[in-house]
Amino acid sequence: MTSLPISLTVNGHRHELEVDPRVTLLDLLRERLDLTGTKKGCDRGQCGACTVLVDGKRINSCLALALSHDGAEVLTIEGVAHGEELHPVQAAFISHDGFQCGFCTPGQIMSTLGLIAEGQAGNDPERIREGLSGNICRCAAYGGIVEAVLEAQEQLAKANRRTAA
Amino acid sequence: MRDFSYLRATSADAARQAAALPGAMLLAGGTTLIDLAKCGVAEPDTLVDITHLEGLDRIEIDERGAIIGALARMGHVADHADIKSRFPAISEALWQAASAQIRNMATIGGNLMQRTRCPYFRDPSNFAACNKREPGSGCSAIGGVTRGHAVLGTSEACIALYPGDLAAALVAFDAVVHLGDRRIPVDDFFLLPGTTPDKEHAIEPGEMITAIEIPASAAARRSTYLKVRDRQSYEFAAASAAVGLELESDGRTIRDLRVALGGVATKPWRARAVEEALKGKVLEPETVRAASLLAVEGAVDHGANHYKIELAPRVVARAILKLGEAA
Repeated sequence: MTSLPISLTVNGHRHELEVDPRVTLLDLLRERLDLTGTKKGCDRGQCGACTVLVDGKRINSCLALALSHDGAEVLTIEGVAHGEELHPVQAAFISHDGFQCGFCTPGQIMSTLGLIAEGQAGNDPERIREGLSGNICRCAAYGGIVEAVLEAQEQLAKANRRTAA
Repeated sequence: MRDFSYLRATSADAARQAAALPGAMLLAGGTTLIDLAKCGVAEPDTLVDITHLEGLDRIEIDERGAIIGALARMGHVADHADIKSRFPAISEALWQAASAQIRNMATIGGNLMQRTRCPYFRDPSNFAACNKREPGSGCSAIGGVTRGHAVLGTSEACIALYPGDLAAALVAFDAVVHLGDRRIPVDDFFLLPGTTPDKEHAIEPGEMITAIEIPASAAARRSTYLKVRDRQSYEFAAASAAVGLELESDGRTIRDLRVALGGVATKPWRARAVEEALKGKVLEPETVRAASLLAVEGAVDHGANHYKIELAPRVVARAILKLGEAA
């Protein structure tokens, strides 16, 4: 069918695109914008590998029609670091071995950013596991992931205290 | 995914008109519809996107109850302070449903319209027979793998389970679906499969869910949603119960009780027999457990789903007793 125009801001860059109605946000990111950090796992909203932030909230980009998100601000894994400096969540995933094969990791990290922004989990490992249950890790690196989230939250809280002081 | 055209509705009236045309479907959060389009179950010619309509995501709460706009996201409603305090079962049902990502996308109206997770329904390329998909084609589930199928409200045509959590809580507290000006109790909104399992909702072409209204009650204020499942999170219910309790001033006699089941029936299942058996009785474990057995009156299993008939009354009893303890 006829392609339609949309405007999207991805990692701070604005894009004007013509999109087939069937194209998901995931496919648009990967195929049109060459942002292949966001992964296609199940493509059915079950695994969380495609998690990105849209207007600050974590969603499954595989179930989102691109056209439906006209005007949205999207953050993908490529936009998380500041230049060469890793985001504290990325650094914590490395220092705690929060992955093995790495395929689910971009989704885990984006989901963690969403979780921390929601402010619901605190430092309770059980609530972190609950809050990240939409992200499956088939290598089962869950132990390291929870430790990484705990440390990243602590680092971010410290940084916030420094900024506030 | 089959080709379709996309239309962004600019008003609720325009959306209703566009969606009334043959082959047209409303698109909100998309978490069911896009999934089903990928499976080849949903084959829309046109998607009418209503997510940009303004004002339909409002949550209004006063002493009479709550009115939740159809486009309010599941996560937003789950986290709403007044929903948590006045309708804890609603908030808990939403928190225990899906994943955080899906709760951020899926809307309350769309949640009511979600389809069954019956694996035969969702796999047209391998299972041609499905009365829900193709009326008259038969049922692949009957005689198949039935661990996740319904034991209540089934028919010879269909045993597909209604998978939702929220609707069980809505049915327990007599919520009402707003279809524009038309109002319909949630219990009547969901239809039994009977001989027409393809018709799941009492909604006609050209109608659109605009809001859900939940009347305030003492039982809703003292309520909970207990969900038992194969894994602890991000899983559909093996059996669940939405329960609300109001005690007399003596603190032990049951004045009002609401019980609805999820995960066991073809629609969200109000268990009025349990409610009637316990109203006026003193809340005691023996009495509650005996009455909870009435929740599965008339249940029929298809082999592997037999466990639900034993599990559901236990879940109901546990939920009632938990509320009784929380004075």
